[in-house]
Amino acid sequence: MNESAGSQFWGGVRDELPILLGVIPFGMIYGILALSAGLPALEAQAMSAIVFAGASQFMLVELVKAGTPVFVIVLTTFVINLRHALYSATVAPYLQTLPLCWKGALAYLLTDEAFAVGVLNYQRRGVTAYAHWYFFGAGLALWSAWQISTAAGIFLGAQIPAVWGLDFTLPLTFLALVVPALKDRAGVATALIASLAALALIGLPFKLGLISATLIAIGAGLLAEKKATT
Amino acid sequence: MTLWLIMVLSGLLTFLTRLSFIILLEKIKLPAPLQRALRLAPIAVLSAIIAPQLAYHNDVFLFSPSNPRLMAGLFATGVAYVTKNVVWTIVGGMLVFWLLERI
Repeated sequence: MNESAGSQFWGGVRDELPILLGVIPFGMIYGILALSAGLPALEAQAMSAIVFAGASQFMLVELVKAGTPVFVIVLTTFVINLRHALYSATVAPYLQTLPLCWKGALAYLLTDEAFAVGVLNYQRRGVTAYAHWYFFGAGLALWSAWQISTAAGIFLGAQIPAVWGLDFTLPLTFLALVVPALKDRAGVATALIASLAALALIGLPFKLGLISATLIAIGAGLLAEKKATT
Repeated sequence: MTLWLIMVLSGLLTFLTRLSFIILLEKIKLPAPLQRALRLAPIAVLSAIIAPQLAYHNDVFLFSPSNPRLMAGLFATGVAYVTKNVVWTIVGGMLVFWLLERI
């Protein structure tokens, strides 16, 4: 097969395009929300480049607005993004022969959406000479869409009045991410216990209720899983 | 200034998480219980963020049909379950929220 860096790159971009339809409104909502939470435009945009992780950016904005201490915010972001360690482990075998700068670049671009497209390509076609260019194309397409849609949201956000209640898009966005992930007993148990524990522990200082509820719920989910399999 | 510190630390940790096994494979294999815990982590933390946002209305705990956030959230859960689509879930939830806020 006639394969080049360019054809692989554009192949990755092309296969990422359908996913961008969902990502662009999401990025715009983030931009709008960040501004309505009181973040300056520059910081709101910089977060999309520096953190570059949808769900945790929404959460960061929320916690910053609530005046949460730095340590708790960083810890919570870390927990939300722990799933990326799984992605990392999944793509790792395909990237072993690449130089460090490629590993670094692809790790930076390793989001949910780039992972989905990139891994599918590796599973379908194996490791070829330019397969990493495909992954890079998919990741960069998503990255560009995220930066531009954030900018569009920031621009729009400046003109949207607070009475629209757009901050409510935050729990809605999270619902959209959580609900399809509830595929088994353990997932459902985790979600229910997390909700109840979060409500029960809401009074804990420094917003520590959030991280405590998370850990309790993970424990409960693991127990439910164990029970289901024995 | 604090905001920049938060962004840089969070960004760095996120990047290192993404890089972790790409660099470390061959040396470490993720133990199975840890893999399962990692899978449940986003469900747990996102649910813990969602619940108070729905159960409180104007900073008051209100677990009843008269709470528009709760009702809109339940509706959005249904939309998310059926469509598995972020945009439809947000649009559906916001429409119900606006409607109930105004009646």
